Amino acid sequence: MALQGNLQDFSVTQLLNLINLAGKSGALLVQGPNEGARLIFRTGKLAFAQLTSEQGKQQASLPSILHRSEKINDAQLNTLQARAANMSDKELGLLLINSGYVSQQDILESLQDYFVFVIQQLFTWVEGRFKFDAGQDVPDSKIPVRMALEDLIMEGSRQVNEWEKLTAEIPNLDMALAFTARPGVNLKKVNLNVEEWRVVSYINPKNSIRQIAKATKMNEVEIRRIVYGLLQAGLVKLIRPAGAATQLDGLQSAFPGKSRQEQKSLVNRLMERIRSI
Amino acid sequence: MENDARALTVKMVVTGPFNAGKTEFIQTVSEIDVVSTERKISSEAERVKETTTVAMDFGRITVDDSLVLYLFGTPGQKRFDFMWEILSEGMLGFIVMVDSTRPETFQEARNIMEAFRAFSPTPYVVAASKQDLPDAWEVEDLRVALRLDEDVPMLPCVSTDKEAVKTVLLQLLENILAELER
Repeated sequence: MALQGNLQDFSVTQLLNLINLAGKSGALLVQGPNEGARLIFRTGKLAFAQLTSEQGKQQASLPSILHRSEKINDAQLNTLQARAANMSDKELGLLLINSGYVSQQDILESLQDYFVFVIQQLFTWVEGRFKFDAGQDVPDSKIPVRMALEDLIMEGSRQVNEWEKLTAEIPNLDMALAFTARPGVNLKKVNLNVEEWRVVSYINPKNSIRQIAKATKMNEVEIRRIVYGLLQAGLVKLIRPAGAATQLDGLQSAFPGKSRQEQKSLVNRLMERIRSI
Repeated sequence: MENDARALTVKMVVTGPFNAGKTEFIQTVSEIDVVSTERKISSEAERVKETTTVAMDFGRITVDDSLVLYLFGTPGQKRFDFMWEILSEGMLGFIVMVDSTRPETFQEARNIMEAFRAFSPTPYVVAASKQDLPDAWEVEDLRVALRLDEDVPMLPCVSTDKEAVKTVLLQLLENILAELER
């Protein structure tokens, strides 16, 4: 029977640990909340990884991976994508090495960096389903690597801890942000990096954190990390987005079917009663 | 019991980290013995008292035949936080209890407060509990530590002191009234 289940019951860290310790070979398919991933292992070592969305598949092509790790430039990427679209990664890799564009080491390091990136994405998924199919191997067209899982598991555990901290502080991405009214604090004098400035530029009661993440092309971890920093520095506060349910809406559900006047009367009666205790 | 069936029932939620004084708070003003679901503590890390609430505490204040206020206390240990959203449904408002003597719980108090704010947009107040103990943080220091806005009421509290508990409840009701009068 295939090894399968839910990430809430068996986390990514636990899965990798099992594959590592049992020296398993096969493909691990994980379907997260917005994205899927496919990882292939050989005797407990990571051989291949990619995200399964269209964008993920594109990112997993050798030219994209080499470009990502700055081994080739934009023009070379465009040329390779146009002219080598029908070549397998193995064929293309050999061609690039023989032509002196990159070394074998460059290719292997770039692949490993990309696979680590995929695994890091995976560690942020706390919901989703997984299935391990023994016997599946790296497609012939792809270049396999051999990466030990221990370091990845350690790094993943650190990320999980960070994720827990971030979600505790920012439990809901549908909240909005507002600048705190702190006299004497001039945002221009605070040392923010480019990513933080991009987020800051979208801060507005109308924009939920989720919308800001979409506009700045950040994933949930990246946006939470930045918002967490801004919150810790006391520069922003969490608020309900403009147009979201108000406190009055909330009170309406506490007094179903009562008019505003009746609601006020009920609250006054509660106050009188409490005073009399 | 017949009266209860006809009466309009409203509820407030008393929440906060483990051992913040939620059960005592409810016990102090409830007209019935609090229906408590306390069990012996299982976690060594949280063994600063013998028992903790595992589902909810439940107290009652009857106004008259037609109106009853229920006070629900949330479980203190984090692994019962799945109860929070259920308890927050249809609440009139909530009180966040913070143990003024345990700074290690301030961050958790803030997280709980943000979680409840996200569940339901109702008024809330923060009660700085155990203010009678010598190592209690001052309310204004706590406000800074919790990064509370000036417009969020924060009151000193001793959960076993009836007047202090009444003041917290009345402050929450005043905020609710102010919201209704806007």
